[in-house]
Amino acid sequence: MQIYLPIAEVSVNAFLLLGLGGIVGILSGMFGVGGGFLMTPLLFFIGIPPAVAVATEANQIVASSFSGVLAHFKRKTVDLRMGTVLLIGGLFGAALGVQVFAALKEIGQVDLLVKLCYVVFLGIIGGLMFLESLRAIRRAKSPTKVPQRRKHGLVHALPFKMKFRTSGLYISVIPPLAVGLLVGILAAIMGVGGGFIMVPAMIYLLGMPTKVVVGTSLFQIIFVTAFTTLLHATTNYTVDMALAVLLLVGGVVGAQIGTRIGLRLKAEQLRILLSIMVLAVCGKLAMDLLIEPAELFSIGSEGHN
Amino acid sequence: MRGLLSIFLLLASVTAAHPEEVVAGLSRDQVAITANFDGSDILVFGAVKREAPIPSSAPLQVIITVSGPKEPVTVRRKDRRLGIWVNTEAIEVDAAPSFYAVATTGPLDEVLTNTDDLRHTITIPRAIRVVGAATGGRSVQEFSDALVRIRQEANLYQQLEGAVNLFEETLFSTRIDLPANLVEGDYKTEIFLTRNGRVVDNHTTIIQVSKVGLERWIYNLAHDRPLIYGLLSLFIAISAGWLASAVFRYIRF
Repeated sequence: MQIYLPIAEVSVNAFLLLGLGGIVGILSGMFGVGGGFLMTPLLFFIGIPPAVAVATEANQIVASSFSGVLAHFKRKTVDLRMGTVLLIGGLFGAALGVQVFAALKEIGQVDLLVKLCYVVFLGIIGGLMFLESLRAIRRAKSPTKVPQRRKHGLVHALPFKMKFRTSGLYISVIPPLAVGLLVGILAAIMGVGGGFIMVPAMIYLLGMPTKVVVGTSLFQIIFVTAFTTLLHATTNYTVDMALAVLLLVGGVVGAQIGTRIGLRLKAEQLRILLSIMVLAVCGKLAMDLLIEPAELFSIGSEGHN
Repeated sequence: MRGLLSIFLLLASVTAAHPEEVVAGLSRDQVAITANFDGSDILVFGAVKREAPIPSSAPLQVIITVSGPKEPVTVRRKDRRLGIWVNTEAIEVDAAPSFYAVATTGPLDEVLTNTDDLRHTITIPRAIRVVGAATGGRSVQEFSDALVRIRQEANLYQQLEGAVNLFEETLFSTRIDLPANLVEGDYKTEIFLTRNGRVVDNHTTIIQVSKVGLERWIYNLAHDRPLIYGLLSLFIAISAGWLASAVFRYIRF
């Protein structure tokens, strides 16, 4: 069944969108990420204009994160205090990111920036996570080795310390603010919630316990992506409600199924699967930049409304 | 008396200039984009009205064009910089139709001369107006060729030589397919009669393409009340998220 999207002004198959939403939803539920880093490139691929894809994806992430965070609230695995600090950084970052997005749209390099962001961040995160989980799996097999104690690094030396009881941390607010800011910028530019950066940053940079990481990340992603959606809707008019509804119906159902699958897998297995997926997307995008494209020319519409 | 005479002379000159006239019809003059819009087709038909017998000099030819709203576009070209492919050069095209179809009774170079093509802007390259130069060393031609090529691949520009049926040099008809990815606006439909490659008469009508129903409502809301639209989008997202979680908890999957 074809459906005409009123804002994107393209006609696409409704079942394809439902299916995409469902598959990405399952993955996002399994790994506690928004799934935007997969969905946005997929939307580009099926012919949705990049500006609409980025803005609409932010709206869809609100739905899947909200669906996910409810489950975490029940299990009390959300650090509200940490979430709020991250959020403050995130909102500033989102506002900044929308400005950067608009400026790059002017000079025609927004495509490049979005793709470079994807390649660089997915590459780093995927690579680190892959190595780390390999090490964890090996450690599990040879239990004689004692895991190293967490080092007291820069995170503990900075001022403005604050107690985060749910996470069991007493650290400066500057690192969480910075992480929030970075993720906010990326959320606006890449059309992602930033979970794939937020989750590792919380574990490795802030030293938060893994069990509260996913819930807290989802909690703050809701607000950052909601804010991004509003900014895109009011400045660029690029949020497509029809597209968002189709994606999120598939997405929220998929997320619930994914969460239940995720509970049956071991943490290391989950992480290594996620890292392989991240690296695969990264590789695909890197190829696009490195291999000579079949069509060197592209058309950009100017002066919309 | 003199006035009457001049009017008569004027009329005589008009009929002399147009010994053959187009009388045309469209299967529809409105296309409604609904939620399940999946492209559409339009039948353009008509007849040639003439007072005198059919001239025997050269065969009559018919050209039919349908042009979507014209918009400025930017055409960019990629080049390898530091090992990666990035947009480097660009040109602004002042006006390019979002959709353009040209259907004829025969090969375009036979049914139309260059001069008349210039005057009436009939063929696809003529329908695109480029003013100004490319930013790099490349020619403007390369960019406008690329624009035509990309849009032809997307079925947005169609060159349909021989697609117009003409009976007895009098009745003609053709079918134009409008793709699903249609932009709103006035689609100008023109019919040209040519002999020896010269345009002897032409006729213009407008097909209105517009979103209706839910499509219209969503589009208007997004542009007229962006804040409410954004909040509504969020409300839908939040309630869908909540609903899914509630349903799954209930059925304990």
